[in-house]
Amino acid sequence: MLRPDGTLKVTGEFAYSSDLWLDGMLWGATLRSPHPSAWIRSVDVGPALAMPGVFAVLTHEDVPGEKFYGLEHKDQPVLAIDQVRYQGEAVALVAADHPETARRAAAAIVVDYEVREAVVDARRAAFDPSCPPVHAHGNLVRHQPVRVGSTFDAPVVVTGEYEVGMQDQAFLGPESGLAVPGEDGGVDLYVATQWLHVDQDQVAPCLALPKEKVRLSLAGVGGAFGAREDLSMQIHASMLALRTGKPVKIVYGREESFFGHVHRHPARMRYEHGATADGRLVYVRAEIVLDGGAYCSSSPAVVGNAASLGVGPYEVGNVWIDAYGVYTNNPPCGAMRGFGAVQACYAYESQMDRLAEACGLSPVEVRIRNAVSQGSKLATGQIVDTPAPLADMLRELEAMPGPGEPSAARDLRSLPGGVAQTTHGEGVRRGVGYGVGIKNICFSEGFDDYSTARVRVELLGGEPHVLVHTAAAEVGQGLITIKAQIARTELGIDKVTIAPADTSVGSAGSSSASRQSYVTGGAVKATCEAVRERLDRMRAGHPELTLEELLELYGPVEETREYRHRPTTPMDPLTGQGDSHVQLALCVHRAVVDVDVELGLVKVVELAAVQDVGRILNPLALEGQIHGGTAQGLGLALMEEIQVRDGKVLNPSFTDYLIPTILDMPPMRLSILENPDPHAPYGLRGAGEPPTLSSTPAVAAAVRAATGLDLPRVPIRPEDIALVPAAG
Amino acid sequence: MDFLRPVTWEQALAYKAERPEATPIQGGTDVMVEINLDKGRPAALLDLNPVAELTRWSTEGTEIRVGAGVTYTRLIAELGPLLPGLAQASRTVGSPQIRNRGTVAGNLGAASPAGDAHPPLLASGAIVEAESVRGTRMIPITEFYTGVKRNALRPDELIRAVRIPAAAGPQYFSKIGTRNAMVIAVCSFAVALHPGERRVGTGIGSAAPTPRRAPEAEEFVAAALDWEGRSPLDPGAARRFGELVAGAAAPIDDVRGRADYRLHSLAVMARRTLGWAWNDYTGRGPA
Repeated sequence: MLRPDGTLKVTGEFAYSSDLWLDGMLWGATLRSPHPSAWIRSVDVGPALAMPGVFAVLTHEDVPGEKFYGLEHKDQPVLAIDQVRYQGEAVALVAADHPETARRAAAAIVVDYEVREAVVDARRAAFDPSCPPVHAHGNLVRHQPVRVGSTFDAPVVVTGEYEVGMQDQAFLGPESGLAVPGEDGGVDLYVATQWLHVDQDQVAPCLALPKEKVRLSLAGVGGAFGAREDLSMQIHASMLALRTGKPVKIVYGREESFFGHVHRHPARMRYEHGATADGRLVYVRAEIVLDGGAYCSSSPAVVGNAASLGVGPYEVGNVWIDAYGVYTNNPPCGAMRGFGAVQACYAYESQMDRLAEACGLSPVEVRIRNAVSQGSKLATGQIVDTPAPLADMLRELEAMPGPGEPSAARDLRSLPGGVAQTTHGEGVRRGVGYGVGIKNICFSEGFDDYSTARVRVELLGGEPHVLVHTAAAEVGQGLITIKAQIARTELGIDKVTIAPADTSVGSAGSSSASRQSYVTGGAVKATCEAVRERLDRMRAGHPELTLEELLELYGPVEETREYRHRPTTPMDPLTGQGDSHVQLALCVHRAVVDVDVELGLVKVVELAAVQDVGRILNPLALEGQIHGGTAQGLGLALMEEIQVRDGKVLNPSFTDYLIPTILDMPPMRLSILENPDPHAPYGLRGAGEPPTLSSTPAVAAAVRAATGLDLPRVPIRPEDIALVPAAG
Repeated sequence: MDFLRPVTWEQALAYKAERPEATPIQGGTDVMVEINLDKGRPAALLDLNPVAELTRWSTEGTEIRVGAGVTYTRLIAELGPLLPGLAQASRTVGSPQIRNRGTVAGNLGAASPAGDAHPPLLASGAIVEAESVRGTRMIPITEFYTGVKRNALRPDELIRAVRIPAAAGPQYFSKIGTRNAMVIAVCSFAVALHPGERRVGTGIGSAAPTPRRAPEAEEFVAAALDWEGRSPLDPGAARRFGELVAGAAAPIDDVRGRADYRLHSLAVMARRTLGWAWNDYTGRGPA
């Protein structure tokens, strides 16, 4: 089955949000702060307004409604008010008849800044009472403890301090959209996003419009990975459109995009694992500090994940975790594939390797000895009530054939450095490493997480057709195909059309948390069942009629349903206890790397993975998700980092923010298991995020095995390997 | 912004004489990026693509004359045996799409210290053929780079070709990047053996304000090598060569790498590439 957008994307014909066009439209541009922290003494928009071709120049004073917005807390100003809290914060907007004019006009706005001390150290923000507050309410966004048991000594103790750099989602389609003023005083917004309705919820109050007058339609999305959960240009373009009465398009350039969305939280983590001499965990203590940057975004939920999943998929009787999310004047951080579980996974898996070494066990054996299984209790007290065959997955992974030894006559492309020819084999050592990850699927901690589907069966040209309408965002993951598959399967009708996603149907929730196959898939399934029941009733009255004749007789059949997964509970604020997660997914990775230990360059030779997905819906799309998630984890291990110094981003470009190429990502060996989750539609388990967790520690462990170095930080830089400090 | 589109080389020179501020453009892989990033806004672009003669290369005696419009892709496909060092460097430039458009002359025009073509040009002793309505100048490559992104071209001059001695001995190019393809050099190094002259050429990239040679290293190793008897490379001499190459560099800390790592990796690349070249020369086969 071909995905409908596949050929268009490969041939370059797919219409992305940046391709939107209306005759007579204006172009919006955003003036952003060059400073991570400053007072704004004055803003003079006069020089911009005076430029020919400029239609509007707006500041916070022009925001029609509420001045602040945000996913979890409304702490982010639509446009800066009297101060800026990060480099790149939006200060003013311009609409002009040409994008170049708009940019130049934005640059002509005169802002008088009084630069002040920037808070850039997350640990200081968390623990130093003398640290200046980034917001009046302080620097702590969330502190989530987990407290289980009281035994915090053990025969074997391993400790470590770990650091994860700031990763970017690096989607290829920059933030973009088109706002069209409506005749009713409202606005129609075409935008690439992950969740139309939560955008609508945030945009409407800032425009002082009722929600029904802010109509959103999904435009072509060029990747998301969490970076489109927060608003970017939505309110800005709408403000300009309402002010000028003309359609306004905003497209960020690549550099602006690095300032236009949140990133993965950098983390600093201290871990202590205590175990028996034979490697069984007695306790885990951890302190996890996540740098949320200037605004809240989804930091509280990220902290919740880091805390609740902070020991990994292991049975531990005693747990003492403190996870913190803090404000700083660094770039705002929020959702990215893996969402708080990635950072913790790198640390606890590094610890498991240290524990293996301390106990004289293999990395696989120490994990098997502590692995969760169905019936295990997580650190939150939640019982794993669905299949979780981690030990078997590890055994299967270990037994998979490896890539084989390097041959004598080697293609440069198979060596560290590739065709850049830094070695012909000199200094190259092989290493193997393992990683295990556990990820919550769907929204956690008591969130009312649902999706809506509308399904219509009607005769078109004498043939029965199905129209499936949801607001779920296709962000490249292949949800369109899944929805059509479900409709075909449930209704037995071949002709299925997926209607464009927009806000004229109820919310589908976010294309995040690996949840859409589960929740929107579940909604489409439930709605198709309702349609089928009606068809069955119609059939019961006229057993002699065909489906075509029934539809001819009764007309179209349409049903709309909301689907909810089973409820979750919040984490106890003091102990972290609670059934906070809907579903848990496991992935395990083995990485084989060749490291040029003299130059610090790494070639990942092979990545093998075992993942339990409950039920395979679309094998090709699923494998793509596992490959892609693995590649993103490899990127975090070896190269992907937004370098921030004194609150300023040093590498806002794909020239210097490196993501893996096809020569960096090795072939993968996959084993996909189908142990169904009885609570989920078809028994499926969300699949997009888990591989992003475990590939990072697996690659890092393999590099450690090749070099014998500690490497407590990812991404691992060449100099971390090649220039080992004398003391280290 | 004016867009000048000469059809002949003479027209191109006339335009450049008339509009010395015009920026020449061939593949556009540098110029267009700069324009898109709003870094500098040329008053005029001088499009050399229609000038067909620039896309030719020829052999002139022992020299290969590479027209300013010859792309990296063609250089790799057509000139690998004659200019192995430059072909190896070309292979590391950007992506296939970039190599289909980009040219060595463009690399020279931009004169970025990180340009991949510079080290092998230095190691081979290339000559830049610059021309204006006033005449032709043959600029030795060592005199071409005058500062960060600055070169010896006069305002009315255009690069017509690069003249590079055909390889008379083994050549190697090596470049550090933080990923295995499509990466700007953290630093790079080229070595060329000139057995006839008993000389070793070097070129250092991305580790000083300009691409540069390592003269002391060249002299040291030329004397240390057993050209006559072709005995194996002394590891101590190879190491010393690496140290001297690093000593010739003046790198900085920047977003792509640290100065101390650049020095370290230059020494390693110099030692390794010399070893490969010497093994080839002495017939010991690939290292």
